[in-house]
Amino acid sequence: MGEFVLPKLGADMSRGRLVEWVKKPGERVARGEVIAVIETDKANVEVEAYDSGTLEKILVAPGSEWLPVGTPLAVIGGEEVQSAPAPEVPRAPPTLPVSAPRDSPPAPAPRAPARAPEAPRPPVRPREAPRAAPAPRAAEGARLHVSPAARRRAQALGVDIATVRGSGPDGRIVLEDVEAAARGASLAAPVPAADKRTRMREAIAAAMARSKREIPHYYLATTIDLGRALAWLASYNAARPVTERMLYGVLLLKAVALALRQVPELNGFWIEGHAQVSEAVHLGVAISLRGGGLVAPALHDADKLALPELMTRLQDLVTRARASSLRSSEMTDATITVTSLGERGVEAVYGVIYPPQVALVGFGKVVTRPWAVDGAVRPREVVTATLSGDHRASDGHRGGIFLDALDRLLQEPENL
Amino acid sequence: MTLERLPPHAPAIERDHAHQLLRQMLLIRRFEERTEERYAAGKIRGFLHVYIGEEAIAVGAMRSLTDDDAIVATYREHGHALARGVPAGALMAEMFGKANGCSRGRGGSMHMFDASRRFYGGHAIVAGGIPFAVGLALADKMQGQSRVTACFFGDGAVAEGEFHESMNLAALWKLPVLFMCENNQYAISTPLATSHSEPDLHLKARAYRLPSEAVDGMDVCAVETAVARAAASVRRGDGPYFLEFRTYRFRGHSMGDPQRYRAKEEVAQWEKRDPIVQFIDRLAREGLVTDVEIAAMERDVANEVAWSVEEAEQGPWEPVEDLEKDVYTPTDG
Amino acid sequence: MAKLTYREAVRAAMREAMAADPRVFLMGEDVGLHGGAFAVSMGLFEEFGPERIRDTPLMESTFVGAGIGAAVGGMRPIVEVMTINFSLLALDQIVNTAAALRHMSGGQLSVPLVVRMASGGGRGLAAQHSHSLEGWYAHVPGIKVATPATVADAKGLLLAALADPDPVLVFEHATLYPMEGEDADDTPMTLGRAAVRRAGDDVTIIAYGGSLPKALAAADALAAEEIAAEVLDLRTLRPLDVEAIVASVAKTHHAVVVDEMWRTGSFAGEIAAIIMERAFDELDAPVARVASAEVPMPYSKPLEDAALPSAEKIVAAARRLFS
Repeated sequence: MGEFVLPKLGADMSRGRLVEWVKKPGERVARGEVIAVIETDKANVEVEAYDSGTLEKILVAPGSEWLPVGTPLAVIGGEEVQSAPAPEVPRAPPTLPVSAPRDSPPAPAPRAPARAPEAPRPPVRPREAPRAAPAPRAAEGARLHVSPAARRRAQALGVDIATVRGSGPDGRIVLEDVEAAARGASLAAPVPAADKRTRMREAIAAAMARSKREIPHYYLATTIDLGRALAWLASYNAARPVTERMLYGVLLLKAVALALRQVPELNGFWIEGHAQVSEAVHLGVAISLRGGGLVAPALHDADKLALPELMTRLQDLVTRARASSLRSSEMTDATITVTSLGERGVEAVYGVIYPPQVALVGFGKVVTRPWAVDGAVRPREVVTATLSGDHRASDGHRGGIFLDALDRLLQEPENL
Repeated sequence: MTLERLPPHAPAIERDHAHQLLRQMLLIRRFEERTEERYAAGKIRGFLHVYIGEEAIAVGAMRSLTDDDAIVATYREHGHALARGVPAGALMAEMFGKANGCSRGRGGSMHMFDASRRFYGGHAIVAGGIPFAVGLALADKMQGQSRVTACFFGDGAVAEGEFHESMNLAALWKLPVLFMCENNQYAISTPLATSHSEPDLHLKARAYRLPSEAVDGMDVCAVETAVARAAASVRRGDGPYFLEFRTYRFRGHSMGDPQRYRAKEEVAQWEKRDPIVQFIDRLAREGLVTDVEIAAMERDVANEVAWSVEEAEQGPWEPVEDLEKDVYTPTDG
Repeated sequence: MAKLTYREAVRAAMREAMAADPRVFLMGEDVGLHGGAFAVSMGLFEEFGPERIRDTPLMESTFVGAGIGAAVGGMRPIVEVMTINFSLLALDQIVNTAAALRHMSGGQLSVPLVVRMASGGGRGLAAQHSHSLEGWYAHVPGIKVATPATVADAKGLLLAALADPDPVLVFEHATLYPMEGEDADDTPMTLGRAAVRRAGDDVTIIAYGGSLPKALAAADALAAEEIAAEVLDLRTLRPLDVEAIVASVAKTHHAVVVDEMWRTGSFAGEIAAIIMERAFDELDAPVARVASAEVPMPYSKPLEDAALPSAEKIVAAARRLFS
């Protein structure tokens, strides 16, 4: 007993139409006998039965609609299969054997359904409501032409792209234009020095206003005994010519870089509502420029540099910053900013974080203070280290751990 | 299944030998009937070209070749694979697209491979396998191997340029190829006379100075004897040999072929020469087989076919993650 | 390191491989006593004899197909197809058999075949001997495509192709045959590694095969205009060194792709798409393409020059990225 279904008669057949029943209900059907004529998209085809038996019931009348392959067309019932296409050759029913035939491989063990059920699809996310405002457009309504690289750099630098003048082909805003805007100078149109300063001021104003508008700052401070560090440095420098001597600021930078490894959430960015921790430590070193203004170019991979190398890089960076020849990567790659106003006599710095960074470390001047050492009060040289943290990316507790780590690192200057 | 090989030129057929040939032809017939059924049920995809009516050629030919010889076949190769000894389960699983198929579900009905049995496909570009076979033979010759590459193709392929190029190259370089044309009278729907200015196909090989013969492809014994003779010549180093087997496919070119190009009477005429029926008649006349033996053989074959379906059904799908596997040979680096 | 020509480098690789491995042999049209249409195999017939330097009849499809069979049968054939245009007669064997065999046999068969052919224009050979269709072949998974542009690569990449277990097509740009250069050192080369032939920060010129000398000349000219061009030689089109392309564009933010294929459907289009997919945010200008004009290769010199990429066209395309 079985259903006679609309068979698939070719690779491209998905549907068929019943044209004619060759057998009538009640008639015997032998396997291999033509039972019906099916129309496919290519031709009318005589279809043979795959079972023997009696055509019990016709389910689909001739002249049917197009039906999908697999549609039951009739019921064939009655006795078991007996006849075969070549009647001269007796044919046994294809039943499952009790034991494996001579040369067959062993019977496969029954398995769970061969194909694992498909993993449930994640629910379709509701489409976000259309944005209230369309993408930014230039004032006249024409679309701004901005290169992808320039657009990304502008976002990283907090530069409002609508204020940038394009110098590329067809007025496209290109990378250089954004970097120039961030520096407060347009390469496209050289401007007088006073204008440059004005532009830099505007850029700093924009970044700092954004910082204070968006970043919930917290501030921590600690005073660190620099006695051991300075003593180590003095003996290091004593053995070297002037050109190879190091400044104590290099020790501070290296200590900051290493301390960040212990509290990585201070090293990175806050972008579009998410913290992005950076694996690399690129210290932005705040450098004040002659004639006013400030840049904080990156000392790349400061945590991996040996002290002498760090010193060389720092000198080079300061020189080039003051000569306005910084590289674009240096302008944008910093993952945290370090500022020191010690030379100006300041004791402690509570800095404004440079977005999209999430922390700023400040150092004041090195002062000699009475300090308890091994139970006795002694004069010691100390420095006040401060941390400005973005409370969205870290908490005061973690900030405290960072300052503590910084302190410990500076107690073992030979390991820096 | 494995078969004992009889020496070529067996003068009169012996009972065991005859039973083995018959069982193989029956296995191919019943196996393919089952594939048609599974195709209609949607278990087998793509094109399905069955060999029903032509079984005597693969069975007779394989019987006269050795395990060392190479086989190159076409997209109508289920029979050749079975006769070569590729397990029915691996073939059925391949058609089901399962990972336990002989080509891990990547080839399907048209691309059956079993390198361990030197069964080199399964080529679905008409005549495309012929230069490949010539190359296998070239490698054998250059490596001093005395083995035969047996290349099967149809009458349609004889119209292709690669056939003629290959005849020429094999003859020029005296390569050990046995060309075997299964002339089933139609290239899909195009009859021989519409394709060939010289419909006596084996004569074409003569133009390339190959020895050639036309053989009754419906007579398994005639096939076996001719292939034994031809293979011996090739193996001796006398260069390539061409055999044309005159045969007929009882079914359409592939599933769903409405066969408007030929009359039912013509098919019926050829069906009277069914190679299985003819062989049974001969054996019965000579007292070499009984109805009881045939019934037992049918039961045995039915079991083997049923098991092949079971293996195919139970077989796992190749994981989709392995989609791009086997495009290139993995290397250590 | 010794100097030799590109042609000699290819020959040296074949000689070295044949001396080291008895499975290696060469077959093709006129490769024997004649020494090959481009004199690449000159002298090998005398050295290795007719069994291993096999002259074939004119039957590209069948001798490539026979190469596939011989490779599966345990040999390491090198098949020379006289020019890329003739390889179209063997396209069926290359695409339908060589590329597909391993996959459609479920990993049972590998095809360690090398097919060499001369490609490219610039020699006054007009519309049936001059084209660049290597990107068509690079479209096909299952084969590998090498396009050596230097003398060292002509040898090293061919040796790498011969050591590879899968079919490798090697396209020898015919204008390069007489070019002199340094021999390869003994370090085995790997297919799928691009090379920076000249470093620069402003724009990446991506080239391969016969376009590399043009790209290097363009970089010289651009340097005079204070545009520092980086020249990236792809060396193989499949496998393609995507990381090298992305890394260079991430550095320069500008790209000019040079390709002797016709512009429409050129391999340069694939490179441009990869840059767009993988380095969109690095781009400071649209990717520029310098490709062949949409015309069967003309015979006359002024017309052929106009149809092909040139250093001047590359310079102009690079300039347009900046102003």
